[in-house]
Amino acid sequence: MTVATDTAPTRTTPPVFLRAVEGKTLPILIVLGVILLIWYAFTVYLNAPWQIDAYERAGTEWTAADLVRDTMAQERPVLPSPHQVVAEIWKTTVGTRLTSKRNLFYHAWVTLSSTLLGFVIGTALGVLLAVGIVHNRAMDKSVMPWVIASQTIPILAVAPMIIVVLNAIGLSGLLPKALISTYLSFFPVVVGMVKGFRSPEAFQLDLMRTYNASGTQTFWKLRWPAALPYLFTSMKVAVAISLVGAIVGELPTGAVSGLGARLLAGSYYGQTVQIWSALFMAAALAAILVGVVGIGQRMVMARMGEKP
Amino acid sequence: MNANPAIRQEASSPQTSQPVVEAKGLGLTFETNDGPVRALADVDLTINKGEFVSFIGPSGCGKTTFLRVIADLEQPTAGEIFVNGMTPEEARRNRAYGYVFQAAGLFPWRTIEQNVALPLEIMGYSKAEQKERVHRTLDLVNLAGFEKKFPWQLSGGMQQRASIARALAFDADLLLMDEPFGALDEIVRDHLNEQLLDLWARTGKTIGFVTHSIPEAVYLSTRIIVMSPRPGRVTDVIVSPLPKERPLDIRESPEFLEIAHRVREGLRAGHGDD
Repeated sequence: MTVATDTAPTRTTPPVFLRAVEGKTLPILIVLGVILLIWYAFTVYLNAPWQIDAYERAGTEWTAADLVRDTMAQERPVLPSPHQVVAEIWKTTVGTRLTSKRNLFYHAWVTLSSTLLGFVIGTALGVLLAVGIVHNRAMDKSVMPWVIASQTIPILAVAPMIIVVLNAIGLSGLLPKALISTYLSFFPVVVGMVKGFRSPEAFQLDLMRTYNASGTQTFWKLRWPAALPYLFTSMKVAVAISLVGAIVGELPTGAVSGLGARLLAGSYYGQTVQIWSALFMAAALAAILVGVVGIGQRMVMARMGEKP
Repeated sequence: MNANPAIRQEASSPQTSQPVVEAKGLGLTFETNDGPVRALADVDLTINKGEFVSFIGPSGCGKTTFLRVIADLEQPTAGEIFVNGMTPEEARRNRAYGYVFQAAGLFPWRTIEQNVALPLEIMGYSKAEQKERVHRTLDLVNLAGFEKKFPWQLSGGMQQRASIARALAFDADLLLMDEPFGALDEIVRDHLNEQLLDLWARTGKTIGFVTHSIPEAVYLSTRIIVMSPRPGRVTDVIVSPLPKERPLDIRESPEFLEIAHRVREGLRAGHGDD
């Protein structure tokens, strides 16, 4: 940008093209273009056998141009083309009433609400466990192995149990699903915050000791602020896997709404276009969530005087 | 500098006989995996009120350990030590001393004034009192005008001055400094040495100062404790005949060079066994 303004001082804004070349826009567009090209190529290649079969059964004459056109317009393609997915997303978001059960935003909201609840509980649990681990020798020795072991169990196996067990004690609805997100998201927070709470140097702890500071004072004035950068980094990971947890939580539980339910219904009925649009919605949701945590991080770090 | 003559006069009459630190037969042995290491052995030493005492010696001679024992950051394994007539722990609980580490160690998320206010917050001073003390101590180390800056916006020397202000903020009579200027370049160091002497003259604090620089020790101190390693012990105590007013060029005077020579001899004698 500076180069463009330097060479053309009379122009107030540099041309869009130049800005795109100098910024990140052009590289991103190129990568996106390449991905789309590959995707289209595979659409034709993967859907062609079924299409040729169909032509032969119907006895129609066909050309290469027909094949390319028809492989991109199948109702249940092996791989839907990008524009089919975009059209489906458009139809099920903007083209449908927001309150309708067929609106993708509605399903996204269902998943998002359990993601957020699970993320908040998971982060709180993670911070509390980390506080315990840092301040208590017994917890340091005993809790960490369990925390790690908890993550070696596949979530797909745990998810139905959690739903069933919680149902048996009368808990249903949002909370059981959210707890599956919690199960995944507390882990990066524990690991990050243990490291964060231990990041002050020995002499900084000695300094607090020379002031005869209490444990609580040392925690709030030294350990907590020192750990905040670690908290945000862990929260970025945690929020993304919270979303995974919420989607996985919808799969084995017969949920009728949520992105996971959409994915499952789509695969039951061979609605690949529906699956892909739900996938893209989930990806967009994850990007937004991570982005929001990132903005929060930048605001807090700016207040804490981080070098820009 | 902007010394208040009234304070200076009050400070320049120290009651030389009043002991602030008294160590008798002090020893400290660390148990390590390679067996016990005697960091301090048989240290007898008294620091009187208003003195500026430097500890000098090669690494491993226990000079930092001795300072840490005074501060109750290490526990002695032999002998006894009193700070203001109390045990080091009681003295620490009474906030009897300010400690300056080799690294400034300012908290990067706090501005300079918030960093200086840190001990005051912990000790429960009122907001108004905090403000007044922060202002006064920052003035004392010539950092007025930098209150709102964050540590990374200051040079290394300024950061160390801020950390000295932090140690002075709660008006402890004893200032313990562990190689505070060791990481700074020589020009900055000279400047800070001058300022420290000025500060000492104005406040009348008792200062324990660890260094491995001979000129620094001779320039600053009223008394120089020469130590040697394995085990850490005192090999020589030199009372400086230099006047209290010390311009930088006193370092070329014959008296200065004579003391420096004696310190160097003391260090060499301590090294004789390796």
